[in-house]
Order: sequence, then structure tokens, then C-alpha cells
Amino acid sequence: MEDNRKDKVKVTHLTKKFDDLLVLDDISFTVKEGEFLCIVGPTGCGKTTFLNSLTKLYKPTSGEILINDEPVDLLRHNIAYIFQEYSTMPWLTVEENVGFGLDIKNIPKSEAKEKVNEYLQVVGLEKYRNYYPDQLSASMLQRVVIARAFATEPEVLLMDEPYGQLDIELRFRLEDELLKLWERNKTTVIFITHNIEEAVYLGERILVLTNKPTGIKKEIYNNIQRPRNIAAKDFVDLRNEVTDLIKWW
Amino acid sequence: MKGFFEKNKYRLISLCSVAGVLLIWELVTDVFHLISPMMLPAPGKVLETFIYKLTGGVNPDGGSLLQHIVSSMKISLGGYFVGVLIGVPLGISMAWSRKFELFAKPLFDVIRPIPALAWIPLMILWLGIGYESKVGIIFFAAFISATINSYAGIKQTNKVHLWVAKTFGASNRQLLFKVAIPTAMPMIFTGLRLALGSSWVALVAAELLAATKGLGYMIQVSRMLGRPDVIIVGMVTIGIIGYLLSSILEKLQKKFVRRTK
Repeated sequence: MEDNRKDKVKVTHLTKKFDDLLVLDDISFTVKEGEFLCIVGPTGCGKTTFLNSLTKLYKPTSGEILINDEPVDLLRHNIAYIFQEYSTMPWLTVEENVGFGLDIKNIPKSEAKEKVNEYLQVVGLEKYRNYYPDQLSASMLQRVVIARAFATEPEVLLMDEPYGQLDIELRFRLEDELLKLWERNKTTVIFITHNIEEAVYLGERILVLTNKPTGIKKEIYNNIQRPRNIAAKDFVDLRNEVTDLIKWW
Repeated sequence: MKGFFEKNKYRLISLCSVAGVLLIWELVTDVFHLISPMMLPAPGKVLETFIYKLTGGVNPDGGSLLQHIVSSMKISLGGYFVGVLIGVPLGISMAWSRKFELFAKPLFDVIRPIPALAWIPLMILWLGIGYESKVGIIFFAAFISATINSYAGIKQTNKVHLWVAKTFGASNRQLLFKVAIPTAMPMIFTGLRLALGSSWVALVAAELLAATKGLGYMIQVSRMLGRPDVIIVGMVTIGIIGYLLSSILEKLQKKFVRRTK
């Protein structure tokens, strides 16, 4: 399977130990520019540790992570991270939350305002711009977070089970929204989930992780035509294939 | 008429408690004479004294109510502002910098349980019996609350919020000013309110030091002169001003501090 896109993220021999506990065991892979990569693995397999090492929130024990062939530098590389936990700032309005990343990056006010308006519209929250997070529902909160991430137009977007806490209908809606944004912005996305159907629905490629210490069990290309139909035969086949790989029983 | 009751229903309920106390007070003094006026004067007498003092009467303690209030405010607000201006940044720095915490926290933890009033003898030795020593005592009262609450507020900062900012490339300074301090604002304001309360409480004690003006002084002198009406006027004035200062801070908090849930 040929992919002519440039390498965006290169992970080589990434290892992370917490004291004596080996969590990430010599992981290597590459993500292409503009690729949508899904990473699945059993619960508690160190997926979050993996993303946190990637963004240097945790320091890797050994190994290297390169973006555009340079070591990750959060000041230079434009990265956005959507966390599993609710991460809107309760003291900021919806509008200010969406503009938070732009504010941190010292983007000029007028430019920031345009971006905020643009992405408020994309996620359909213009009417709620002056609301505070405690006035919003769970799905709206997650939309705020997604708008906040996309407003900075990141080169690499990391998502850690962003829809884990939502019900199925909302998840489908937000997944489609995410795909639209990805196609529109050509963002490189690394999406971590334990939901296999979600991974098959979203990803161009799926990395299946092993149990702890976490390594890569298999890499699967997913060429199913979009929009994908979760009931179609090729979809179900692929889902079963991934499920078989993850089964730890 | 009915509309008036409907509109002010809750205010009327609140008024009931005040009215109840006044009624009982009136009954045990002027109506049934259960308590000697030397112990507890009737509400009417206290009101009379209050109006007399408020309109500039200087007897029996040598100052009008306004003069006492101004004198007390100078001391308590003076000590309060110094305490808060040092306490809030100190609390924030201790919570934010691990090294500074290791350096300053043990010292602070020892000073913290010492009541402001226990500083009186040292304050007199060091600063004499004038304005400075009283401000010094109030300072300790305000400083402790301001520090503790600012410290606790910063410590509440949500790790995920810091991570969000960090992945956006935030500097340490941005993490502090854009994430930690906004998180701590409600607690900092609580500290400001508590500090105001403690400094107002410490006031009477501070004014036990050779004062010639001040609400605490007025109360003290009136005790020696056997004037419970003036004592009560002083106490009620302290209560009202404390309440007013606290509601001003509450208003400021509503205006400047955003939601926190």
C-alpha cells in the first residue's frame, strides 16, 4: 500500500517507564501529513501515557518523537490535544474558550476573532457564544473543545477518547463533524479510542496496540469508501478483524 | 397592598428576626423592667444615644461617632491592605513554585496558628503604642487569611487545564496568569472577605492599646463610665460597618470573578 504523502510525525523506539513499570515498550511508527490515524487497544493499555509522551506532558524514558523531522517542541509545532476529561475553562465564555489557544499563541486580536467566529459557526455554537460551560450540555462542551482545537489550525491534532462520555447518537454526529473538519483543514489527526467501531469509521489507518507493556500489534489500512456505512459488509469485516486482534480473553 | 406583600415576601421574613429581637428587648427592659437599665438600656435609649453620637455628640467618650469610625477605618483598612497586598502574592507564589513553597511554607505554618492578638505585646515593644502598632496587629489578622486562601485556590488548578494550555505552547507565566490565577480567583476573593472579617474583629483588641479615638476605644471607655447604651451603639456600628464592607467585596466579586464550576 503506497502512501506518497510526506512524513509528519515520526515515532522511533518510544519507551516510557514509571519507575520499574514498563508502560510503553519500544514503539515506532510514522504518521503521514494529513492522515487520519486511529489507535485502538484494550482499556488500560497505556494509550493516554502514549499521547502524553508524544506531547511531552510526560518525558519519554527513551526514544524520539519528530514532527517535520524535528524533535517535538510545543512552542514551535502547532499541536492541539483534545483530552478525555472535560477541559473547557469554567471561567471563560464559549467564545473565550474557543479563542483560548489563539490567546496563548498571542495571535492578534482581530485575526483571533475571525477564527473564533469561523469555528463557532462550524460547530454550530454561535448562538451560545456568551454562555459559560456550566450552562452547556456534554456534547456542546465537547464541541467547544473541538472548535478550540481547530481554531488554532494545528498541524497535528491529538484526540484521546474525546467522545467516550457521549451517547451513541451524539457520538455519530460529532464524528461526522470531525471528519468534515479534517477534510476541510487537511489536519494530521491521531485519534485514540477503545471503541473499535469508531476507529473503523474514522481512520485511514488503524494501529492496534497490545496489552501492557504497550507495543504495536498490527497496522491495518482502511480504504473503505466514505461516507462509511457501519452496516456494510466490508465495514463489519474490518471491525471483526480488529476485534479479533484486541481480544484478550 | 397585596402586591406589596407578594413583592417583599422574603424581605419581610428577614425583617421578622430583627423585629423579634427588638420586641423581646423592649419587653424585658421598658415594659416589664426585668433587667436594670445599668445592665441593658431599652432600645429607645440606645437609638437616642445612637442619633446623638451620629449627629456629632462627643459625650461621654470625647469623640463623635464619625470621628471614631474614621479612626477605626484608618487602622483596619491600613492593616488590611498591607496584609492583603503581601498575603495574596505570597500565597500564590507558595502554591505555584515548589522551591518557594519549600522555602517559605514551614515558616508560614508556624506563624499561621498564632492569633493576631498574641502579637500585641511585641507590636507595642517594636512599634510603640501609636498607629503603627495597631496597624501591625490588623496586618497579621488579614495577612494569614489572605495567604492561606490564595494558596489553596492556586492548588486547586485542574491539571487538564494546565495540559491544554501547555500543548498550545503556554509559557510558565501564561500558565500562571491564564489558568492558575483565574482558577483561584473565587478562593482569593473568599480570602479577601475573611481577611476583612478578621481585621475588623482584631480592631477592638488593637484599640485597647492606648487609643484616644476609635470604636473599640469608645466601647472600652463606656464600660468604665458605666454607659451600656454607648457600648451597644459601638457594637452595632461595628456590626453594620463590617457588614457593609463585606457586601462591597461581594459586589466586587460578582463583578470581577467569573463562574467557577
